[in-house]
Amino acid sequence: SRKQLVPPSVDLPRFLFRLCFQLSPTSPEPASLPAEDISTNSNGPKQEILLDDDQEDLFAEATEEVSLDSPEREPILSDGPSPAITPVTPTVIITPRVDASMFDRSPDEDEEAEENGDTFDLQIMVSDPEKTSLNLFNRNEFTVKRRFSDFLGLHSKLASKYLHIGYIVPPAPEKSIVGMTKVKVGKEDLSSAEFVEKRRSALERYLMRTVNHPALLKDPDVIQFLESTELPRAVSTQALSGAGILRMVNKAAEAVNKMTIKMNESDAWFEEKQQQFENLDVQLRKLHASVESLVCHRKELSVNTASFAKSAAMLGNSEDHTALSRALSQLAEVEEKIDQLHQEQAYADFYLFSELLGDYVRLITAVKGVFDHRMKTWSKWQDAQVMLQRKREAEAKLQYANKPDKLQQAKEEIKEWEAKVQQGERDFEQISKNIRREVGRFEKQRVKDFKVVIIKYLESLVHTQQQLIKYWEAFLPEAKAIA
Amino acid sequence: MQNSLPELVKCDVFSLFNQMRSVSVDLNNDSSLLIDIPDALCERDKVKFTVHTKTTLNSFQKPEFSVPRQHEDFIWLHDTLVETEEYAGLIIPPAPPKPDFEGPREKMHKLGEGESTMTKEEYAKMKQELEAEYLAVFKKTVQVHEIFLQRLSSHPVFSKDRNFQIFLEYDQDLSVRRKNAKEFFGGFFKNMVKSADEVLISGIKDVDEFFEQEKTFLLDYFSKIKDATAKAEKMTRSHKNVADDYIHISATYSYLLICLHSLCVINAYRHLEKFSELLEKLRKVEGRVASDQELKLTELLRYYMRDIQAAKDLLYRRARALADYENSNKALDKARLKSKDIPQAEENQRQCLQKFDKLSESGKQELTSFKGRRVVAFRKNLIEMAELEIKHAKVRIKSAVCSEHNLFTHN
Repeated sequence: SRKQLVPPSVDLPRFLFRLCFQLSPTSPEPASLPAEDISTNSNGPKQEILLDDDQEDLFAEATEEVSLDSPEREPILSDGPSPAITPVTPTVIITPRVDASMFDRSPDEDEEAEENGDTFDLQIMVSDPEKTSLNLFNRNEFTVKRRFSDFLGLHSKLASKYLHIGYIVPPAPEKSIVGMTKVKVGKEDLSSAEFVEKRRSALERYLMRTVNHPALLKDPDVIQFLESTELPRAVSTQALSGAGILRMVNKAAEAVNKMTIKMNESDAWFEEKQQQFENLDVQLRKLHASVESLVCHRKELSVNTASFAKSAAMLGNSEDHTALSRALSQLAEVEEKIDQLHQEQAYADFYLFSELLGDYVRLITAVKGVFDHRMKTWSKWQDAQVMLQRKREAEAKLQYANKPDKLQQAKEEIKEWEAKVQQGERDFEQISKNIRREVGRFEKQRVKDFKVVIIKYLESLVHTQQQLIKYWEAFLPEAKAIA
Repeated sequence: MQNSLPELVKCDVFSLFNQMRSVSVDLNNDSSLLIDIPDALCERDKVKFTVHTKTTLNSFQKPEFSVPRQHEDFIWLHDTLVETEEYAGLIIPPAPPKPDFEGPREKMHKLGEGESTMTKEEYAKMKQELEAEYLAVFKKTVQVHEIFLQRLSSHPVFSKDRNFQIFLEYDQDLSVRRKNAKEFFGGFFKNMVKSADEVLISGIKDVDEFFEQEKTFLLDYFSKIKDATAKAEKMTRSHKNVADDYIHISATYSYLLICLHSLCVINAYRHLEKFSELLEKLRKVEGRVASDQELKLTELLRYYMRDIQAAKDLLYRRARALADYENSNKALDKARLKSKDIPQAEENQRQCLQKFDKLSESGKQELTSFKGRRVVAFRKNLIEMAELEIKHAKVRIKSAVCSEHNLFTHN
């Protein structure tokens, strides 16, 4: 029985309604709803698990039908968390299961096969709806099915809308061909179950971060993702993985650097922050690598402890002194139990630390991308200014050339570029403002995230150590009894 | 920073050893001959042990004296004991294994290579840990050499051995003697040992119930304890790896905090700092757990594996003596048939029987006391290991609770 680690709800002041969702894997029999499955697979806020009485009806009256081709995708800009709409705190519990229909795919779907992954059930609960002044959702409790590619699709939409204006869009989990293949092949082994759990947990955190963002929560794509019963299948060109987006961002960053933009940074804050994020990036990656190494070694320790336990049992059997033989067998039992503790600890190391660090490494990359976008925006503004200057010079020349048509055109072009310069300046100021706010929010959130994880880690450490003491204290009299 | 280990490590091991003198028991109790290794030097790969003797026996020239000895001298002493016919019915204490610094040396080399990727603090901690590991290997090898001598000094027969006395007393270099011995004995013993197990296993079922049981027990027990030793070694190595990871994590995390310093709200920084302290404590505990387990469990199993081998060797020698006796019987029968050389054959047979009986009698004694010794040693070490594990777990809990308390109060 593995402990399910649920990202905690963060209590923020002044929030008016709570959005909780549970993410669970789709059950093979689609008719039955995964209410029972949640109880076996999670230890989240069980009290808020929805009942399935109305589920059939809900599915029947699917209300939202948003086409993917809607042309205008305006980002929702907010100047800051307004008192009326404060960030919600979703609790996501995702339970994955392999969708049996996956194997019935037709050949032309195969190229997308790797993107599809498991289907997940997304259960959403909106609590305290009376307090809300903004009715974001039509219903208070509902379930939807989502595929892995749907999550990627959501992220790509949000990234295309918000990254370039300075919002730190949380990156989506990575695709993994190897892991997914194992699951599809139907390998019932521990590693494929682990893979699914890892993915489930990653999706949970991703959604939580996304919904925690005040602007993103209001985004129609997000609402559609959470609410609509049928999401149109994300087209492969759109369903870029988190890595794909980041690759794009990085390429943009490189391009910016290659253009050798010597940005006159008038704002020391940005210069300082950029440097700090660079350092943070390096150190976080290092730390992540060390924690991954710890997880790996602890797993090894667990395996070796189990192996020793067996060997000690054999030795105990072979021992002809009765009391010593019994003690050795007891030792073997203790070591076997300790092996379990090692596994638990490795699990905690991984899900609490390693994954969190991995998330933050990806988040930092997104942050750096946003800074690079600002540079691009500045550069565009500068280019517009240069262009305007040229147009003015051209117009000046035309003043003496006595070509009235061309002069008129030149004057119009000047107007055009003046507007562009103004827009460029506005864009730059806006993105700078957004980034400042986003970074502030990011830092607060990061402190919270780490604090929560640390506390959980300490609790798990105390728990395993108490167990350890129990086992050894039970063994001690056996050892003393050897005469 | 050179990659070499400390050139000269002078180690006052006396006080540090009290907790380590437990692999074997009941040693060094007889005040008529007290031996210990209070001091050791490590030059490059060569370890020089200072063997210190205090005695009330007249057979020695002085009541107290010290001599420098190398590992090869111990091996020479062991081999001469093995080759001595008189001692065929005794369990010869196992020879101490060669000092092996390969592990720490390789790690030191890797550390040197990776120096550029680490912060100064991380590097210093790793180096510190490595030096501790090196010291642990050093301490272990001194202990195991000391125990070998103490087994001999506390044995009624071995303590009187002439070569043993030379080993303790002779103030010149033993290397000349060693060379002669090697030429004399050469590969003789080695060839014998190769087929020892085969002789034991394929031998006729022993008439003597005691020895038959011992044979079955020792053969089986040896393979089991060998396996357990190997598995314990792997487990201990994994523990060490985990402890090393904590060093990296602790160092990187505290460096990370320095980077974050300006980014952080002061309150937040404080409890993140507390966590850094916890990591530092945890890594020390992990290191200690790993080394305690190594000493109490792995080293115990290793030592008794060698001791069981020595017991098996005794059985083997007895089996050989039995075979000799049976051959002498056959020779006697043949002589009687041919009516030739009967007195010699009778004498030969009588001698073989006498040797066999003597072997059996002392062998029984030795094996019985060996069992007692083994049980007592296991008891002591298992108790100590359990107590240490409990102690370390309590330290971990205390550190964690302290940290958690700080985190909550800073909320």
